[in-house]
Amino acid sequence: MPKVKLPAPPLPEALRPAPKRPGSPSRTPVESAAEAGAHIVDWVDERTSLSGGLRWVLFRKVPRGTNWFYTLGSATMFAFLSQAITGVFLAMYYRPDASGGAYESMRHINDNVFLGEFVHGMHKWGSTVMVILVFMHMARTFFFGAYKYPRELNWVIGVALLILTMAMAFTGYLLPFDQRSYWATVVGVNINGTGPLVGPYLSDFLRGGAEFGATTLSRFYAIHMMLVPGLIAALIGAHLYLVMKLGTTAPPWLKPKTADELTEERA
Amino acid sequence: MPKKQAKSKYTADRGFPGAFEGETVTRRRFMVGTAHATGAIATSAILLPALGFAVGPIFEEHEQQWQAVGRVDEFPDDTYVPKVIKLVDGIGEAGHTTVYIRRRNPELDTDELPEGFEDEQFVVISSRCMHLGCPVRYTDAAQRFICPCHGGVYDFQGKVDGGPPVRPLDRHYNRVRNGVLEVGPRFSVNSELRRFSPRDPGAPLDGVGQYLYPSRPSIRKLDQLPQE
Repeated sequence: MPKVKLPAPPLPEALRPAPKRPGSPSRTPVESAAEAGAHIVDWVDERTSLSGGLRWVLFRKVPRGTNWFYTLGSATMFAFLSQAITGVFLAMYYRPDASGGAYESMRHINDNVFLGEFVHGMHKWGSTVMVILVFMHMARTFFFGAYKYPRELNWVIGVALLILTMAMAFTGYLLPFDQRSYWATVVGVNINGTGPLVGPYLSDFLRGGAEFGATTLSRFYAIHMMLVPGLIAALIGAHLYLVMKLGTTAPPWLKPKTADELTEERA
Repeated sequence: MPKKQAKSKYTADRGFPGAFEGETVTRRRFMVGTAHATGAIATSAILLPALGFAVGPIFEEHEQQWQAVGRVDEFPDDTYVPKVIKLVDGIGEAGHTTVYIRRRNPELDTDELPEGFEDEQFVVISSRCMHLGCPVRYTDAAQRFICPCHGGVYDFQGKVDGGPPVRPLDRHYNRVRNGVLEVGPRFSVNSELRRFSPRDPGAPLDGVGQYLYPSRPSIRKLDQLPQE
């Protein structure tokens, strides 16, 4: 018999399987085959002890009053996953070539590739959705007071994730390399340059030189598809770990319940 | 209870087997230190070149060549003629920019010319807006440069007339060779049209501006006049 037991739904009596008659064979081949999946899980779990961690992640106690606002964080994460998946497939067709290749490859994706316009559209509009969700998630955390002790570090990680999301939106905006992308990036890099003392060096770093040049686009592409997504994935891991570790907060409109004996004494 | 006596710093006193006389570092500590140092050297051998590779362009010096833009009689002194020059090689259209050119007007252009350029005859104005770098265009009816992005307006000389720009439009060095006007490197000017090494848009050059937004290696060389 496998050691892993799946939680069984409570069934009405009529539907419950009848207990075995004494003397019947302990297991039929069909039953053994049905247990094959459980055996595989068992084999992996015996060598990794993953089920304990999974139970720690999934079977957590959740405070009373948990509501739909608590789904905004997961929604943001799924927006990120959707961006990651569509982004990987867009990279199969995209060429970061500033002398016209980038624009041509985007035109090719939109006009010729099967479902190209759709996948590009998912990535383009998904980025806006992700930014909106990040802010809604942040507002939920703020107004529910979920940033307070002991969750301050998770707020700080969240702010880092917000900045990285904005960095993704900024670097991704250049990649279609049309007029709007080009001038928006010129303006964006120059806004970075208005910081006193370090600003000019920062804009040189972003452009890869004093002028918008051949390396600027490939630089933005590398930042957009490798540097920042890696950081975001790592920080999402840390963010989720702290959520599992500390649990979620009850909504602020729920008063803490006073112990019964205390109320009796007062009466 | 008597206070515990501090351990001797000599390994021989502490009864280590095989301790040398005068030895203070235990072999365990020495091994730990060696392993850490080896790790640090190996990590920096990978990390430092990679970092230098990424930030290298900040310290790279750029040069700009002289480019012929047209015969000198093409350019009047009461309006601007747009010409396209190349700023960056290898990226096609994206590396080109428009400059606006007119002949110097001695009544209007009283700014002092730098040494070696006393006989500069033309004014070559860059179309890069000094707010955030959008392309301005010269509107003849208004005799002004107007930026489409955030409403920056410059007068006939390129000085700020309104809107958010922080300094007058950049200019280019120019010279005449065999009756042909050649455009050289870009330079920035403050509100009195004094020349500075080229700065990015958004960097004011009046007052402390020139120190808050310093010249960088990537543009410093553009300040010096290119040789033949």
